[in-house]
Amino acid sequence: MSNAVLSVKDVEVGQELPPATIHISRASLVQYTGASLDRNPIHWDERFARSVGLPDVIAHGMFTMGSAINIVSDWVGDAGRVVEYSTRFTKPVVVPYEGGADVEVTGVVTAVDAQTGRATVELTVMCGTDKVLGRALAVVALS
Amino acid sequence: MAVNAGFTGRTYPPTAPYAVGREKIREFAKAVGADDVVHTDQVQARARGYRDVIAPPTFAVLIAQQCDRQFIADPEAGIDFSRVVHGAQRFVHHRPITAGDEIVGVLTIDSVKQAGGHAMVTTSSALSTIEGEPVCTATSTLVIRGGE
Repeated sequence: MSNAVLSVKDVEVGQELPPATIHISRASLVQYTGASLDRNPIHWDERFARSVGLPDVIAHGMFTMGSAINIVSDWVGDAGRVVEYSTRFTKPVVVPYEGGADVEVTGVVTAVDAQTGRATVELTVMCGTDKVLGRALAVVALS
Repeated sequence: MAVNAGFTGRTYPPTAPYAVGREKIREFAKAVGADDVVHTDQVQARARGYRDVIAPPTFAVLIAQQCDRQFIADPEAGIDFSRVVHGAQRFVHHRPITAGDEIVGVLTIDSVKQAGGHAMVTTSSALSTIEGEPVCTATSTLVIRGGE
């Protein structure tokens, strides 16, 4: 199975990863609330979210971060090869009752280190015209 | 709002061990749409050299947030939990979190800053197995929003 993992010679700076669209519904947020144990009601209770000044329910930043990394795991061939991952949460993803929200994830290789066998991918994560993750960087260990 | 700046550098005692289970990994992977079989199929995970199924890259947040709670709930810190917003997150994995691990976290408050009526607190949680093997360092920036 390890031969399914990308090797250093397969990867170069500027390479684009296959993109993905993440559809987020209220059900997605309830499922993540349970899975993550992050039960803050701003992520599932519209009345509460509005009472604290938000426009509507918003997605957990960690839901967006956790979902966006899938394009990297799928590309490198093994989720266990993601050795570093960081981001800033720049804009909330508002998730209306009707229709939910769509988040577009793209990624590009910004560095390859042949010595350590590691590559850095910068992710761009957009909801409409809002960049929802800032400086989202993943480091992967290549084979 | 003001947060007690005297907390910078403070370290909390290790958290109670978190037992990493296959079904929790499966549930988390499903919730974030991580469909790599390494999260759900023990045979495939072992074929890739892991002891058992491994957690997705952001699973560590479950344990890191347990660590952070010690600080957020500390009456001396003076934090209103309803005003806490997640500002940034970073994970450095020493190895993947694996089903069967029992993980403890040691929380350190790296910095407490005031900016524009808000407080920004950066914490790091050093996660290791109960045997003492380092697994992950999770660094979080929490923004505590000021009053309107």
